[in-house]
Amino acid sequence: MNRNPQLNAHGELQHLITLEGLSREIIEGILDTAGPFAEVAEREVKKVPLLRGKSVFNLFFENSTRTRTTFEIAAKRLSADVINLNINTSSSSKGESLLDTVDNLAAMQADMFVVRHASSGAPYLIAQHLAATGRSHIRVINAGDGRHAHPTQGLLDMYTIRHYKKDFTGLTVAVVGDVLHSRVARSQIHALRTLGVPEIRVIAPRTLLPTGVADMGVRVFQDMKDGLKGVDVVMMLRLQNERMQGALLPSPQEYFKYYGLTPDKLRLAKPDAIVMHPGPMNRGIEIDSAVADGSHSVILPQVTFGIAVRMAVMSMLAGN
Amino acid sequence: MPTLPDVTLLCAQLAAAMRPSITPQTALVGIHTGGAWIAERLHRELAIQQPLGSIDVAFYRDDYNQRGLHKGAKASNIPFDVEGAHIVIVDDVLNTGRTIRAALNELFDYGRPARIDLAVLVDRGGRELPVAATWCPQAISLPASQTLVLERDSNDGESLSFRVMEA
Repeated sequence: MNRNPQLNAHGELQHLITLEGLSREIIEGILDTAGPFAEVAEREVKKVPLLRGKSVFNLFFENSTRTRTTFEIAAKRLSADVINLNINTSSSSKGESLLDTVDNLAAMQADMFVVRHASSGAPYLIAQHLAATGRSHIRVINAGDGRHAHPTQGLLDMYTIRHYKKDFTGLTVAVVGDVLHSRVARSQIHALRTLGVPEIRVIAPRTLLPTGVADMGVRVFQDMKDGLKGVDVVMMLRLQNERMQGALLPSPQEYFKYYGLTPDKLRLAKPDAIVMHPGPMNRGIEIDSAVADGSHSVILPQVTFGIAVRMAVMSMLAGN
Repeated sequence: MPTLPDVTLLCAQLAAAMRPSITPQTALVGIHTGGAWIAERLHRELAIQQPLGSIDVAFYRDDYNQRGLHKGAKASNIPFDVEGAHIVIVDDVLNTGRTIRAALNELFDYGRPARIDLAVLVDRGGRELPVAATWCPQAISLPASQTLVLERDSNDGESLSFRVMEA
């Protein structure tokens, strides 16, 4: 069988594991649906009843404050019951396997798992396991797995770009920084390509570029001054020190000198360029505070849009 | 099949019926999509002072668990203070009453209105909830297998007409 394991027999999204292989129609459908959800946040009662009576389990095998919080808010604004589990401090430290944990939570009538895991493929493994054991009505959303994918981050980034730039088909977009360790970068690049961005650039030192990155349909730059010229969108990545093994970088100071986004470097981009960052930011390492807090920055709107995008994803999955 | 009602005529009749109840505090909320078109006309015709609202009940529908999220949902837009307002919900066709139930629930998430009325062009029967229109110029009877759909002419972006569709 050849079909995308995220889709049901009608081609509708059932789980969200990765943006790779999703059609433009599906991605645009999610962005379109997120629009009306953004409006819900402006009401007196910031809640709609779609997921009333449903239980959403946030399974975080790896720490994250922002992503977990925005998923929690999104689920609560859809009226779901939300259960947060930080499993690195719980069962797995007592030796329980991933799938045993999942089976136990499924036995508690879970309707949806939002999964963050340090190992690439963990959410897919869970979705497969649920299907193989006749519980495919339980939806799985990947909230970041290893170096693989972070699809809702990619989607909220696309929503942000569309919000400010309206159309993807004339844009030059630069993804800057630690591409090697970044699941965010992979999701961004897949989505940018699918949505028809004609020029996607990746700017990073050679040590932070995955092998074969050029095969993803991007132009690779190692010099910020070349790579940022004339771009419409700068997507900064966090330097993931916690994932680095060995000496990939001389020092944070030197990294900032060559790859930190400063006002001077940003001047090479288009005058109306927007600056994005998935957070949490390392100020003074990959981004200068003057840029992070400056007029080009849309970093905080990204967070707000992230809630609407996650509401759209959850309500589409639960309804399909 | 009954002759389909003329939309321009019905709008004029509906506006005339509503006119005595309109105050400077009255606000109109049209239900996407057909109701929003009618509300646009009534807003003009009745010189309503409050800004025109529109509502998409996709997030409040009671068939979400059977049919999933309604595709093409639009953002609701309630540009006036709902608290204490006199609101007229406007829709093209009144059928089961479920859309109106959803719209009422949604409006209360913006505040507590003083009063809500319902204005529709056509009541086609088939009620499944205790919902009644305050104003409705025409009632017709259609078999449950048919739906009455309001369409807008894509050429002039203005002319409205009804069409019967087999479900």
